[in-house]
Amino acid sequence: MPKSKTEELPVIWLQGAGCTGCSVSVLNSVSPSIKNILIDEVIPGKHINLRFHPTVMAGAGEAAIEVLQETQQQKKGGYVLVMEGAIPTAKGGIHGVVGEENGKPVPIVSRLESLGANALAIIALGTCASFGGIPAAAPNPTQCLSVEEALKVARITTPVINVPGCPPHPDWFVGTLASILLFGLPKPEDLDEHGRPKAFYGTLIHENCPRRAYYDERKFAKKLSDPGCLYELGCKGPVTYADCPTRLWNHGVNWCVGSGGLCHGCVEPAFPDLVSPIYEKIAFP
Amino acid sequence: MGRITIDPITRIEGHMKIEAVVEEGQVKEARSSGTLFRGFELILQGRDPRDAQRLTQRICGVCPTSHSVAATLNLDSAFGIADKIPDNGRLIRNLILGAAHIADHILHFYLLAALDYVDIAKVARYEGTNSELNSVRRFIERGELGPFLPRYEGDYRLPDEVDQQMAAHYVKALIMRRKGQEMLSIFGGKMPHNVGIVPGGVTEVPTVDKITSFLWKLNELRDFIDNVYLPDVLTLAEVYSDYFAIGKGCGNLLSYGGYELDGKEPDLTKRERLFKQGRISTDLKPSEVDPSRITEQVRHSWYASSTTNRNPAQGETTPDELKEGAYSWLKSPRYDGQAYEVGPLARVLVTYAKGEPTMKSLVDSILARFKASPDALFSVLGRHAARALSTKFVADSMPGWLLQLKPGEPVYIGYSLPEESRGMGLVEAARGALGHWVEIKEGKIANYQVITPSTWNESPRDDKEQPGPLEQALMGTKVKDEENPFELVRIVRSFDPCLACSVHVITPKGGKLGEFRVS
Repeated sequence: MPKSKTEELPVIWLQGAGCTGCSVSVLNSVSPSIKNILIDEVIPGKHINLRFHPTVMAGAGEAAIEVLQETQQQKKGGYVLVMEGAIPTAKGGIHGVVGEENGKPVPIVSRLESLGANALAIIALGTCASFGGIPAAAPNPTQCLSVEEALKVARITTPVINVPGCPPHPDWFVGTLASILLFGLPKPEDLDEHGRPKAFYGTLIHENCPRRAYYDERKFAKKLSDPGCLYELGCKGPVTYADCPTRLWNHGVNWCVGSGGLCHGCVEPAFPDLVSPIYEKIAFP
Repeated sequence: MGRITIDPITRIEGHMKIEAVVEEGQVKEARSSGTLFRGFELILQGRDPRDAQRLTQRICGVCPTSHSVAATLNLDSAFGIADKIPDNGRLIRNLILGAAHIADHILHFYLLAALDYVDIAKVARYEGTNSELNSVRRFIERGELGPFLPRYEGDYRLPDEVDQQMAAHYVKALIMRRKGQEMLSIFGGKMPHNVGIVPGGVTEVPTVDKITSFLWKLNELRDFIDNVYLPDVLTLAEVYSDYFAIGKGCGNLLSYGGYELDGKEPDLTKRERLFKQGRISTDLKPSEVDPSRITEQVRHSWYASSTTNRNPAQGETTPDELKEGAYSWLKSPRYDGQAYEVGPLARVLVTYAKGEPTMKSLVDSILARFKASPDALFSVLGRHAARALSTKFVADSMPGWLLQLKPGEPVYIGYSLPEESRGMGLVEAARGALGHWVEIKEGKIANYQVITPSTWNESPRDDKEQPGPLEQALMGTKVKDEENPFELVRIVRSFDPCLACSVHVITPKGGKLGEFRVS
């Protein structure tokens, strides 16, 4: 077999207290397709080497866990850790475990700590990983933390990039990964106060919403499925930073507000508790 | 004698562990364990009931649409509007759910199950002109083969050309399932986690361009189902035909039915649906489903023992992480104290046994091809075949629903939020029977309960030590090579487990399930 000249970026993808929606969303990437990302040199000369992903990987059990151990030792400082889902920490993290060591289940928080400490960078994918999300919503039964919070407790300083959304748009993740491949890790000025790439989270939904003219003219929808601005029905577009209205979703077919489903601020640390009830309006001038 | 532990089980949704005790090459005991708990029902308590459609979808990002439908039917009944949903709303909900199931089943066969049977490494020998296969060949030559390695070795049986073609279909399936989700978003807004299905109907109005756009995406998917997906399942079945006699399971099946054909009947046990509601065993004599006969047992689950065997509306569940004898975060749903398997096999066979003519001819043609009787379908291959038939059956029904849409007519009906009420929503999720129940007090959620299909299937042993359906399917299996237990993972994946679903909620306090108001 000819020796590869391709630069490989190893990626470990861990799942915590989440729903796999972030993974499904990434599978929806159009261009590059998920096949381009996993099989091809997604950037000429560079390949994403996805070594571990519970939903798609061929191997299972111990052989899969060995991949984690080998990667963190052999590629120390050179792999990207993608964390999907929040980190349960109540009672030592007993509510979420992955694999065993010496016959004992290993909590997700321990996996994050060991894999996170040795990673080049961590992408906290989705609102659960970025900010805690729904598993951390009141009363947070399993004391879920965000990735950054969990790393702070463990005093791990590996850089974290938050790519929130429930789920995140595939472009936000693929764009972040592509940016690392092309230009290296983001500089502090590339990320906002919540650690999110400004390229995707820099503008309010409200700024670019096609229904903004209705808002400005005070033409509010009185019930769902009516035309008009959805603010009175509970839309959180005015307080949500994401480029959904221009990027659109699922290959440009539609997006939440476009389909008459109001925005509930899923990219924000406020989601869900501080934007609830979803169908009640927030005070906004 | 050995103990085979597989943790994590991959190519499922969620966190799962399987343990099998093997004696003289045969599984004597099996344990199926859910290894993540989040506590959705605690999180839902005290919230505005309308939030349930959005929040319960996050129980699972692979099958969220099924939850949005169950939640919405649940709230429709609690809000007293179950029989008032405009036809456009009913039809669009069916189309959104159908799109979700098409995408989900394609994902399951190719992304989740196929790598147990298809050897990607054979593409290294490909010499043709298919550009996708050539790019896979170059990938193999570069030498970094994650996520396709590591893997079990020793039982990949497809001849080179067939295997390479299946690998090409795997690549094609990645695109087709994406297109299924795009189709869904025409009416659902986005995927995963749609915003379009709401109590009262849907939020998106049908226009002629949406109808035709949906139709032509659907036609492309139907072509894939008929000419790629279903034939691939049958090809696999021919080469791995011993799997018609592996993984039988408990032999009892349960379906809630799904896809509303009539919007006037508020009682979900009487409503006319595309897939039929019922229970069935190997004798194929259907009997009815009475939701009040469902209980959840916790003998081997990490919940307080005092709360066992409660009807979902009556339980009080407290996590008990160190409980003696417990090995799973899943509870054990039982019907009349019996374990029931749910899923495409259940809804296909119930619909078949109730005489639905299209389903009858679909199933009979499969049985004729393999010269098999219906009980061969209670197997690994039966589940895969039934899943493909279920996909075709719903995809073929969707053009009819599309053409019944009436642009300009309502899709949604308003309601007032009740102070006190109860509701129930039952639907066939992709993976089987899914139920949501709500109790509203002072205008807020007092209790919200969910029993998902994977809880039924992957449940641990119950109060009578009766193993769950997957555990029963594993027991008695002959394992040829304990280092590469293909048989076990093929059985597990035939059930299409979704563990985020199965460990979502614990039963809160409430009244008797049988006394909910449905209209």
